[in-house]
Amino acid sequence: MADGHIEKVEYWRWEESRWKNPEIPDWRGSLVTAGVDIGSTSTQAAIMTDGQLYAYASIRTGSNSPSSAVDAMNWALEGTELTPADLHYTVGTGYGRVNVPFADSTVTEITCHAKGANYIYGPTVRTLLDMGGQDCKAIHCDENGAVTSFMMNDKCAAGTGRGMEVIANLLAVHVEDIGEMSFRIDAEPPPVSSICVIFAKTEATNLMRSGWSKEKVLAAYCHAMALRVARLLERNEMQLDFAITGGIAKNSGVVKRIERLIGAEALRTDYDAQIAGALGAALMGKALHEKKGGKSGRRREGG
Amino acid sequence: MIANYGCEDGSGVYYIRIDTGKCGDCQLRGCVGGCPRELFVIEEDDWGDEMAVVREDRRRTLQAACAACKPQDRPPDPLPCQSACGRQAIEHSW
Repeated sequence: MADGHIEKVEYWRWEESRWKNPEIPDWRGSLVTAGVDIGSTSTQAAIMTDGQLYAYASIRTGSNSPSSAVDAMNWALEGTELTPADLHYTVGTGYGRVNVPFADSTVTEITCHAKGANYIYGPTVRTLLDMGGQDCKAIHCDENGAVTSFMMNDKCAAGTGRGMEVIANLLAVHVEDIGEMSFRIDAEPPPVSSICVIFAKTEATNLMRSGWSKEKVLAAYCHAMALRVARLLERNEMQLDFAITGGIAKNSGVVKRIERLIGAEALRTDYDAQIAGALGAALMGKALHEKKGGKSGRRREGG
Repeated sequence: MIANYGCEDGSGVYYIRIDTGKCGDCQLRGCVGGCPRELFVIEEDDWGDEMAVVREDRRRTLQAACAACKPQDRPPDPLPCQSACGRQAIEHSW
């Protein structure tokens, strides 16, 4: 409390991020493509030069999807000396893909995540779990990152990033701390409801009242989330190697429990797994630009 | 590609599986007119190929949409959508 008012902490709010590849000093003369992934809770913009990741930005999706796309792209461009006019081809993806005002075309997030995972984790990925803000997808792909099958569940926020944010707020725990906290327990508790996030929230409240620690409740919630996605993976006949994309890939509490349930380790990466969709969109942009015979060089003078 | 459209909820698992490898070059498109609930439409995929998909606005309510074709006492085998598809590209998970 300061100056007589109570400061409201937004525990769900994860850190927005930006990155520029230090190993690519100059983009001039390269084919520059971009991808923008407008998800239900986050928006990413990725820029690639000749098929190599050059820069990206990841921000919270606001109430206006076109503005979120512009904000993410502007932030990714910041410090690169690139301008929107230097982008040869831009692809929009994600649930808000039709709302990317500067996109040359749109591609579904299923195709883009598979392409992005192929880039991030390598060509051995066969099963990809994309844990998004409000849905979850089990995707199979081949060594080129082409989708061979997919199954998704978006009926409820349970098992999604938004569900995790709800629990973070309920328990007053920063969403980025949940994974590590969920392992500070003596024994793994039974899961809360994995079917409905409202039921899970009610259950979590009751468990807190009955004396469970925050850590134990978080473990029960992460367990429930892992169960739900493990079922999705099993139903779509999981194949190895296996990788996870989306924001939940950063939550060790869920990832390790999924690994335990399916009996396989997910591939690890130094890249931010949340940018897979935007990255895949930028790769698709390169393929589409080349397909129509496009070359590198400044595209639109004056932007 | 095997496309699974649908969802899981507290009451069960409801997916319609379309093998787009089988339906990609189909000219008849029996599924579009063969489903009494008009669940199937033809759309271009990300590579510009036309294929059957389940309408996006019906994917979360397949259980209800397909109920009329699946009476619990004696569901027809094959279902109307499966009969209409000449390529045997459609399966139901429930």
